[in-house]
Amino acid sequence: MSTVTLRDVKKAYGDTPVIHGVSMEIQTGEFIVVVGPSGCGKSTLLRMVAGLEEISDGEIHIAEKLVNNLEPRDRDIAMVFQNYALYPHMSVFDNMAYGLKLRKLPKDEIRAKVEEAADLLQLRPYLERRPRQLSGGQRQRVAMGRAIVREPSVFLFDEPLSNLDAKLRVQMRVEIRKLQRRLGTTSLYVTHDQVEAMTMADRLIVMNAGVAEQIGSPIDLYEHPETVFVAGFIGSPAMNLLDAAAFPGLSLPTDRGPLTVGIRPEHLVVADGGPIGATVDLVEPLGADTIVHAQLPTGDALLIRLPGNAKVTQGTTLSLAPKDEAAVHLFDKDTGRRI
Amino acid sequence: MVERRPYLTFLSHAFLVLGVAVVAFPIYVTVIAMTHGPQALLQVPIPLLPGDQLWNNLNEVLFVGRSTSGTPPTWLMMVNSLVMAIGITVGKIVISILSAFAIVYFRFPFRMLFFWMIFITLMLPVEVRILPTFEVVAGLNLLNSYTGLILPLIASATATFLFRQVFMTIPDELMEAARIDGASAMRFLVDVVVPMSRTNIAALFVILFIFGWNQYLWPLLVTTESDFYTVVMGIQRMLRVGESVPEWNIIMTTTFLAMIPPVVVVIAMQGLFVKGLIDAEK
Ligand SMILES: Nc1ncnc2c1ncn2[C@@H]1O[C@H](COP(=O)(O)OP(=O)(O)OP(=O)(O)O)[C@@H](O)[C@H]1O
Ligand SMILES: [Mg+2]
Repeated sequence: MSTVTLRDVKKAYGDTPVIHGVSMEIQTGEFIVVVGPSGCGKSTLLRMVAGLEEISDGEIHIAEKLVNNLEPRDRDIAMVFQNYALYPHMSVFDNMAYGLKLRKLPKDEIRAKVEEAADLLQLRPYLERRPRQLSGGQRQRVAMGRAIVREPSVFLFDEPLSNLDAKLRVQMRVEIRKLQRRLGTTSLYVTHDQVEAMTMADRLIVMNAGVAEQIGSPIDLYEHPETVFVAGFIGSPAMNLLDAAAFPGLSLPTDRGPLTVGIRPEHLVVADGGPIGATVDLVEPLGADTIVHAQLPTGDALLIRLPGNAKVTQGTTLSLAPKDEAAVHLFDKDTGRRI
Repeated sequence: MVERRPYLTFLSHAFLVLGVAVVAFPIYVTVIAMTHGPQALLQVPIPLLPGDQLWNNLNEVLFVGRSTSGTPPTWLMMVNSLVMAIGITVGKIVISILSAFAIVYFRFPFRMLFFWMIFITLMLPVEVRILPTFEVVAGLNLLNSYTGLILPLIASATATFLFRQVFMTIPDELMEAARIDGASAMRFLVDVVVPMSRTNIAALFVILFIFGWNQYLWPLLVTTESDFYTVVMGIQRMLRVGESVPEWNIIMTTTFLAMIPPVVVVIAMQGLFVKGLIDAEK
C-alpha cells in the first residue's frame, strides 16, 4: 500500500520553474530521503507535500486521497523544521500539545499522549521548560515530539539536523531512524548531507536542479548511478569522473560517442602492470584507510582509497587497476546518462 | 563613562539634583496648594509649607461640581477621561494589530495600496482633519457620547507600523508550524503572534494611554454636555472663569488627581517591560 503518491508534480514561481515534474510512490512505513545540492528544490518538494506551497501542476495523494487543494491541517501530516519552529512563549508540554488542543481532544487524553511521547524522547524532565531553556538537541527532540503526538500518516523533515554539531547529528540520526522504525510512520526526509542520506534511507531521491535524477535504495544508487550527477554526488570521497581519454589503458567501447568514465576511489587497487598509471601527489593516512591524491599522465587528478596499511610515498608512480568489471561506470558525455 | 574624578562625580550629581529639582518643584507646589484654602494661594509669595485644607479640598473637588466653570464633580470627569483613554488605547491596539496582521501575513489584491493608504494617514492627525471629522461625528449624532469621543481617534498608522515591524521579526516557520498544527489565521494571531508581541503591546499601551488621557482639543469640540467633560478640559475650564477669581486650590487638586492614572499605568506596565527585557524570547 502506498501512503504518498506524487504524479508529475511541478512547481514554478511566476515564470521560473523550480520543480520539473517528480513522480514517485512511497510505500507505507518507508523512510525516503530527498537529497541534493543547495537550491535544487528539495524543500520546495517537501513543502508541496505539506501543503505550505501550492502545486503548479500534477497530483499529490496522501493515504489514497488527493490533497492538492487541502490545507496542511487536513493532510494528516506532521513536519519537523530546520530551525525547529517551536513556539517560544509556550512550555515544552504546550508546544507538543498545541496541535491536539486545536483538535479539541479531551485534556487527559492530550496529557497521556504528550507524556508518552516525552518518555519516548526522554523529555520528561523538561516538560515545563521554555524552548530557550533547552539545548539544540533537546529542542530537536521537542520538535520531533510535536510531530509524534499527532500520529500522522506521514512525517516530513526539512534538514532537521543541520543546526546540530557533528557528533550530536550522528546520534540524532540514529535516534530518528529507530523511532521511525518503531512507529512505522512513512517519512519524507530532506537533507543535503549525502552520508545522512545513505545511512538513513530506505530509498533515496537524488534531486538536481528541480529534477529527480534517480530514485532507489542507497546501495542501488551507489552501484548503479544512472547519471553522472548521481555518480558524483553519492559516495565519499567522490567518484573519479573523467573523459575516456584519461584512461588510455582501459578497453572501452569506441562506438558510443564521447564517454565519461567513472571509477570510485575505493574500487581502484594497486596491481603490477595495471592499466592506469598515476603519480602520487599527496597521501592522507586516515588510519582505517589511506586517501591518495594522484595525477594521471593527462594531468587529471585521481583519488584512490587504499587500505590503511598501504605503503605509498609521494612522487612514486602507482600502477592501478579497477577492482572488477562493475567498478567502471560509463556515461554518455553529452547527456550524462549511464550507458 | 568610566572616568573617575571626584570633581566630575560632584558635577554630574549636582546637575542631576538640579534637574530633579526643576522637574519636581512644580509638582511640589501642586501638592502644597492642595492643602490650602483659596485665599492663601492668592497671596505673594505662595505658601511652600503644607496647610490643613487637604480633606476639604479633596472632598470639594471629587464630589462637588463648580458652578463658576460649569464643570461636574471631578470623579465623573475622571471616569470620562478613563473611558476615553482606555477606549482609544485598546481600540488603537486592536485595530493596528489586525491591520498589521493583514498586511504581513496575507497576500490580497491591492495590499500595497492599503499599506500606503495607512501610511498617508500618518500625515493627517486629528488636528489637521478636525473640521471634516467633526462634521462626520455630528452627522452621525455622536456628539456627547463616548463613541464620539473615542472612535475618531482610534485609527493609528504609527501603531500599525510598529506592529508590522514586530510581526516581520517572527519567523515564517512559526506560521507554517501553526498551520500544520491546525491553527486558523485568527488562532495563530491569538495564540502565537499576540503573546510574542506582548512587551511591544505593553509599551504601546503606556504611550497611547497617556496620549488618550491628555486629549484636549477633540473632547472640547464634541462635548457640550458637562456630563461628558474630561478632566483635562475640566481643568482648562476652571482656569477660564471670566469675572471671578480662579480657585487655585481646586485647580491644583484636580490637576494632581489627573496625574495619578498615567503614573499608575506607567508603574504597572514597567513590570512587563522589565520582564520583557529579562526573558527575551525571540
Ligand atoms: N518564494 C520563492 N520565489 C521564487 N523562487 C523561489 C522561492 N522559494 C524558492 N525559490 C527557488 O526555488 C529553488 C529551490 O528552492 P528550495 O528551497 O526548494 O531549495 P533546497 O533544495 O531546499 O535548497 P537548500 O538545501 O539550500 O535548502 C531555488 O532556486 C530558489 O531560489
Ligand atoms: Mg531547503
